[in-house]
Amino acid sequence: MVPLEWYIALSTVIFIIGVTGFLIRRNIIIMLICIELMLNAVNLSLIAFSHYLQDLKGQILVIFVITVAAAEAAIGLAILVALYRNKAVVHTDKLTEMKG
Amino acid sequence: MDKYIFIPLLPLIGFCINIWVGKFFKEKAHWVAILAVLGSFIISVMTFVEVVQGKVINYDVYSWVISGNFKVSIGFLIDQLTAIMLIVVTSVSLLVHIYSVGYMHGDTGYYRFFSYLNLFTFSMLMLVTGNNLLQLYFGWEAVGLCSYFLIGYYFRKKSAADAGKKAFIVNRFGDFGFGLGVFMVFITLGTLHYTDIFANLSKLEGQTINILGVDIRLVTLIALLLFCGAVGKSAQIPLHVWLADAMEGPTPVSALIHAATMVTAGVFMVARFNPLYNMSDTAMAVVALTGAITSLFAATIALVQNDIKRIIAYSTVSQLGYMFLACGVGAYAAGIFHLFTHAYFKALLFLGAGSVMHAMAGQLDIQKMGGLRKYMPITFWTFLIASFSIAGIPGLAGFFSKDEILWLAYNGGTIGKIVWVIGTVVAALTAFYSFRIVFLTFFGKFRGTHEEEHHLHESPSSMTIPLLILMVGAISAGWVGIPPLLGGGNWIGHFLEPVLGHPHVHGTHAEEWMVIAISIVVAVGGIFTAAVMYLWAPSIPLFLGRTFKSIYTVLWNKYYVDELYDYTIVRPTKWLASRILVAVTDAKIIEGIVNGVPKLIAEFGERFRKLQTGFLQHYAMGMAFGLFVIVSLVFIFVKI
Repeated sequence: MVPLEWYIALSTVIFIIGVTGFLIRRNIIIMLICIELMLNAVNLSLIAFSHYLQDLKGQILVIFVITVAAAEAAIGLAILVALYRNKAVVHTDKLTEMKG
Repeated sequence: MDKYIFIPLLPLIGFCINIWVGKFFKEKAHWVAILAVLGSFIISVMTFVEVVQGKVINYDVYSWVISGNFKVSIGFLIDQLTAIMLIVVTSVSLLVHIYSVGYMHGDTGYYRFFSYLNLFTFSMLMLVTGNNLLQLYFGWEAVGLCSYFLIGYYFRKKSAADAGKKAFIVNRFGDFGFGLGVFMVFITLGTLHYTDIFANLSKLEGQTINILGVDIRLVTLIALLLFCGAVGKSAQIPLHVWLADAMEGPTPVSALIHAATMVTAGVFMVARFNPLYNMSDTAMAVVALTGAITSLFAATIALVQNDIKRIIAYSTVSQLGYMFLACGVGAYAAGIFHLFTHAYFKALLFLGAGSVMHAMAGQLDIQKMGGLRKYMPITFWTFLIASFSIAGIPGLAGFFSKDEILWLAYNGGTIGKIVWVIGTVVAALTAFYSFRIVFLTFFGKFRGTHEEEHHLHESPSSMTIPLLILMVGAISAGWVGIPPLLGGGNWIGHFLEPVLGHPHVHGTHAEEWMVIAISIVVAVGGIFTAAVMYLWAPSIPLFLGRTFKSIYTVLWNKYYVDELYDYTIVRPTKWLASRILVAVTDAKIIEGIVNGVPKLIAEFGERFRKLQTGFLQHYAMGMAFGLFVIVSLVFIFVKI
């Protein structure tokens, strides 16, 4: 039986990797992957708590998160493809249209 | 519904029709207006007959304002006083409407002119028929508004637009006092209906009010405040300046303003509030002296003016002074009697002057006229009769009313004696200047240009017929008030007695004969002097003008009252407006706020847009930092 703390630790590590990646990388594809990492880190902790508390609500929530993440990934990649066709870049430093 | 409501309502309907759809009627617009006033006139005559038979109508049509204990209705009070006013207003108004058909022919604003005439008549009828002070005030302001419309009728001409504004603004000064008077009545008596006011007047007796350390009796204060309004509306000193400038309007309007509507409102109001004025000797003295001084003042100005309409205008101011003089000595009925006769001969004088102007293609200077009696006989004869009437030649309308006033003034104590002397002098001056117009305009040789002489013609019948009808009035209007001494019954005096009372007369018959004789002598003397100076020896006026040049200049410039007001009121106001209100309040404060707010927002925007770097990582950093802050706060403050 793996104790709860291990799951929490793993989840935290994965989440921090995601956040750090999102903040320091400039490639949009990598940034999208990092977002997925963060989501899945949260999913992991939700499932761990669900098992620990013997409550299925956490798992239901995870299924919702996966669904939304799938939709998000699809839309995000679609925007990315459209962006690449127009600008031929996937590097965020080059995309400064909104600069005030 | 009673028929009385239609007296003011018909002209209002006429106004509504003409102002909205009148332009489609083109030159037929006058039919609506004339029929409306004709209907009003017929109902007025029927009402007058009922009142003569002893009926007094006083009823409320509907509640106008109910707010707490402030209750005012639209209602009608038609007693003897109102009945006389109804006849004056509707008959003169009707004749002016008919006359305008000829006079305003071909004017572009034809329908507009007639709709304003209708509105003017409506306003005046509301003023005289109302049974409460607020309705009077409504009519009071509405005639002021209409006078503005009509004096400034030729609004493309700057002088006309200015005259309209002047009339309106000068009236504001008087109306301010009048408004305060109305407030005072409501505060002290709690009602604005005439019957309640007069029933409770005795409550005011003995009450005083302290203004700037001076104790003033309440009745005196209210009477004087109300009189302020009358001074403005009836063009008495010091607010007489608007009436002469009001000549910028079309001539029928002058006739209407001077004879039937507007200026008589002040006299009517004072007569209506006679129980109030009777309670205060101070107020009575003020009214009498204001009237007497104004009549003298205006008559002397009229002596030297050359503009035919201006002379008649100053004559109106002078005659209104006469009416106030009468009211001030308690002879209200005589004042209203003079109002009644004056309406006819003054309307006739104005319409006659309009007819002369029509023939002279707008020329107003009597020095450039002359010999017109050959070209326009009807105008000449009617004008001559009106002049005889205003001069006070026995048998004509003006004689009886003027004589009644002078006789009652003679009986009115010390102040009465003073105003009697002034009144007699004014009678002489009136005869003189009236016949100065007649002799310079209709006698002698024509002094204008050759083209003008060629253009001279008698006016169309729509103009001459009203002149002839008014001539009948100018001759016979006085016959209702022939004094007992001359074999009459002074019917009008007895008729008005229930409302206006009758002053105590203690003079003997001999004295009355003396007063009459003096007034006849001065009238004939005035006419004779005018004849000498302008008919037989034209060098005399020139000689007098040179010898008494300073007096002549002062009179010619109307005692410099306009200039005085210009320096003391108009210029400081303009200075205040341009230097303080425009330069500081408007430019600095208002525009400062209006422009400052967007400027502030733009300033903030300029600073905060720097946050928008365009780098996605910066935003992500912001989000992460925000998340960190929120989580930290949760840990610190939320107890788990």
